[in-house]
Amino acid sequence: MDTAIYASRRRRNHISVAASIAATVIGLGWLALILGSLFWQGFSGLSLRVFLENTPPPGSDGGLLNAIVGSLIFTVLAVAFGTPIGILAGTYMAEYGRHARLTHVVRFINDILLSAPSIVVGLFIYEVMVRPMGHFSGISGAVALAVIVIPVVVRTTEDMLLLVPDTMREAAASIGLPRSLMIQKVAYRAARSGIVTGILLAVARVSGETAPLLFTALNNQFYSTNLNAPMSSLPVVIFQFALSPYKDWQKLAWTGALIITLAVLALSITARALSAARKTS
Amino acid sequence: MNLATAASSTEPRAPIDPANLKPKITLRDLDFYYGDAKALKSITMSLYENKVTAFIGPSGCGKSTLLRVLNRMYDLYPNQRASGQVSFDGTNVLDPGLDLNLLRARIGMVFQKPTPFPMSIYENIAFGIRLYEKLTKSELDQRVEQSLRRAALWEEVKDKLGANGLSLSGGQQQRLCIARTVAVRPEVILFDEPCSALDPISTAKVEELIQELAEDYTIAIVTHNMQQAARVSDKTAFMYLGELVEFDDTNKIFTSPSDRRTQDYITGRFG
Repeated sequence: MDTAIYASRRRRNHISVAASIAATVIGLGWLALILGSLFWQGFSGLSLRVFLENTPPPGSDGGLLNAIVGSLIFTVLAVAFGTPIGILAGTYMAEYGRHARLTHVVRFINDILLSAPSIVVGLFIYEVMVRPMGHFSGISGAVALAVIVIPVVVRTTEDMLLLVPDTMREAAASIGLPRSLMIQKVAYRAARSGIVTGILLAVARVSGETAPLLFTALNNQFYSTNLNAPMSSLPVVIFQFALSPYKDWQKLAWTGALIITLAVLALSITARALSAARKTS
Repeated sequence: MNLATAASSTEPRAPIDPANLKPKITLRDLDFYYGDAKALKSITMSLYENKVTAFIGPSGCGKSTLLRVLNRMYDLYPNQRASGQVSFDGTNVLDPGLDLNLLRARIGMVFQKPTPFPMSIYENIAFGIRLYEKLTKSELDQRVEQSLRRAALWEEVKDKLGANGLSLSGGQQQRLCIARTVAVRPEVILFDEPCSALDPISTAKVEELIQELAEDYTIAIVTHNMQQAARVSDKTAFMYLGELVEFDDTNKIFTSPSDRRTQDYITGRFG
């Protein structure tokens, strides 16, 4: 055994381990700083009032009720519009059209859509919905977010269905199961937790989107659930309040940011737990 | 391994009286292609009712391919096609207009790897039955029990029918798959290397099962294990490079094969 070779390999090993640790610390350090300042600034503003009162005019007390409700409505509608389309498209790509040319085209376009800047999506919906309607509206905001949800769900649905082994499909076929039933009863069941994880990740993604909403739903100072009128949302309120010169608005912006972060964190943990459950079951 | 051990691993069988052989599936000049590659060359043979037919031969000889023609499993994939004749009780299996789901309900298949569905043990069996029959709850329960008994699994799972099928051991999963296949009441069962992922004890159970099943079903089994072919089958087909080299009574194939290549293969000289 040549100990010199071994010693030099050990040295290189130490160096790369040290470099990896340093990179991790730097990456996580920024995250800790961001979260730390968010908690520091946002936590003190967190009170019951935030959830019970609407956004105030400058100089008076208020909360974020209209923005929270608006964000919930946007997210629910975006998922309700986007998920069925995404799952159906992903199912086509992984099952019926696996070898079709169309699938390659759709996958390519979907990947572009997946990484498209969300402001482009906002402008697109502005052109096709807001301008013809003549005014900003909640519904156009929900559609804009749905456009962001779709590619995420398409991708995860296709990926998760492709993970279901073909032997499972053959086994289903071997007892005379029609393909449609095989997909519903066997493939979806096997891929279920993965697909749900994808939907949760899509929710996490859209719940922080600001740009698409600026061009579509705009904002509303008052409590409104009218989808045909401008509607408030947390990201847009944060954007507006954080840029304002008023101290109390800035404080509410921090609190709003904390609420979104905690909600997304909870979703990510749920998604993680679900995919862990998939691996062990 | 030599001829003597292969033959002595099973009881010597009396030659099969041809009068007792009733063809269930008959292949005539069957060719099969993966794209441009010809995988089966002009195969002509029959599977006989209530007999076990074993397919042996080196990897890539086309034995699994042949099995997958019989229930048109290859239809799931593009660029695979068969030509020639496959007749199953008068039905032309290769007819492009044939209802494949009905065909596959009549010709069941058990795969190399156990493939339980991601659902309970009970549902794994009941699922297939419900596709083609409307039964009351108690009739269904009975059929599930019957099928599990048939697959020699009932005693092991009767107290946990609600457990996930994937929680069983490999050997149990394979018997679950056999029960699932039997539950649909097919006429023919195709086994594609059913024991290659199993331990010796599970293998023995499955082999015993295959012989019992032959009382009611027509069976085809692909195997890499020559003793297994000798133990379970009545007829053996030796395939090589896409051709059917020799097809005869199992006893004859393992004691006095007429083709040189068959003899070389079963004595371990190649393959």
